[in-house]
Amino acid sequence: MTLVQAETTAVRRPTAGKRRLGVPKTVLNGLSVLIGIGVWWGFAVSGFDIPAPPAVAERAVELIADGTLAEDAAASLVRVFTGFALGVLLAVPVGFLMGWYPPVRALVEPWIQFFRTIPPLAIIPLAIVLMGIEETPKIFVIFLASFLSCVIATLQGVVNVDRTLLNAARVLGAGDRVIFARVVIPASSPFILVGMRVGLGSSWATLVAAELIAAQQGLGYRMQSAQLYYDLPTIFVGLISIGVLGLAMDRLLLLAERRLTSWQETR
Amino acid sequence: MITIEHVRKVFPLQGSEFVALGDVDLELADNEFVTVVGPSGCGKTTLMNILAGLETPTSGRALVDGEPVTGPGPERGVIFQQYALFPWLTVRKNVEFGLRTAGVPRARRREIADRFIALVGLERFADALPKTLSGGMKQRVAIARAYAVGPSILLMDEPFGAVDAMTRVRLQEQLLTTWSQEKRTVVFVTHDVDEAVFLANRVIVMAADPGRVSEIIEVDLPYPRTEEIRLSAPFATLRNRVWSAVHRHEAPVR
Repeated sequence: MTLVQAETTAVRRPTAGKRRLGVPKTVLNGLSVLIGIGVWWGFAVSGFDIPAPPAVAERAVELIADGTLAEDAAASLVRVFTGFALGVLLAVPVGFLMGWYPPVRALVEPWIQFFRTIPPLAIIPLAIVLMGIEETPKIFVIFLASFLSCVIATLQGVVNVDRTLLNAARVLGAGDRVIFARVVIPASSPFILVGMRVGLGSSWATLVAAELIAAQQGLGYRMQSAQLYYDLPTIFVGLISIGVLGLAMDRLLLLAERRLTSWQETR
Repeated sequence: MITIEHVRKVFPLQGSEFVALGDVDLELADNEFVTVVGPSGCGKTTLMNILAGLETPTSGRALVDGEPVTGPGPERGVIFQQYALFPWLTVRKNVEFGLRTAGVPRARRREIADRFIALVGLERFADALPKTLSGGMKQRVAIARAYAVGPSILLMDEPFGAVDAMTRVRLQEQLLTTWSQEKRTVVFVTHDVDEAVFLANRVIVMAADPGRVSEIIEVDLPYPRTEEIRLSAPFATLRNRVWSAVHRHEAPVR
């Protein structure tokens, strides 16, 4: 579970870099974006076979104006959220059961560890054969990606609940059900939220790749069909949209995480 | 009244066994303040966990008012060394936890919680989260939380073990103030001889290997216990008695 731990520690010290320079962090972030675009532009004009920012911006305006971009983004987002929601909804109870009842853990964990080593994309050929080329295989793959990362995080959360807190609840008259609802669930929520973030990230990555293989709509599909016509600006618009949407989703969850777990002692 | 009858507790230890408590007999009167002091490994925490119902004795039994202890119960409040506050709940919600479990209605719950928060002097922090409190304040919240359920017995396991010496003295004085306003039977485990003498009616000195009661020392100093008493000659005499009782039975360092 090193991934989850690394994420948690990263989240815990948001102010560490602040006192280096007198310049606010957001200004530096903005500057970094501008420099990046400049470097890209530089490559484009110095003979590399990539479109310059204005060409991409122009294409973006076109795609936005005729509604294609919105449709594609909506198609991709609906797939991600459906698969992700299903994955999390199943992962949280399964993770709790595994953490609370050791026999359940012993029965379920080998399968989870096994499937975790298979990249979700490698399931796609099988999923297409079994489930057709409609929405089902794509949503299934996303479901799997988010389920696997979230279930492990939830399990870890339950296993890490401080035993003294359980004893404190017991001596205050709490039975198993109350302890579960009012101690185990809140105590493991930071882990679950980190698991959700990791899960959403891998869902998004998996989805776009799934759309490259089989779809009639979506950001991945749009880039795939642009490839046939050597339409580089559209591919760039697709890539940037995927990045921006992925980042936005991650930030939203991070914000939720900060709010919901602000009670944590910072170490 | 607390009665401990022939309590023995044996833990398995790498193929052999470790006798945490070997045949302990004790009787504690109502509203008595008893401290239990002894070297590490003398079974003082085990004894407390048995009284709390968090551990069961290998043989023998613990009785509270004639009823055998079979598990945790609302008549016995426990205060842990590590505070054990629920970090996601405010001070008030922490104090209300046991009341909510017991199904006390909201308004009544709040009323009781506020009373005990005031008793430990934390009114200003009722809506604060534990992470914003110092160690001493956290332990006062834990004391209020234990009191709120209305126990007749308070079991405290080295509650001031993790705070600095100055805070510790203040917490001791405050605990006695709280106790004199709300009398309960208190069993207070510590490894600090000064603390044991300052708080108690009776000091129970335990010895290790096997864990047992080696001596019981009456503390006939008047309450309220003040700074003056702490510096007095009778206090020093008692402290020296307890100190030598603890060390006489201490297992040699191996």
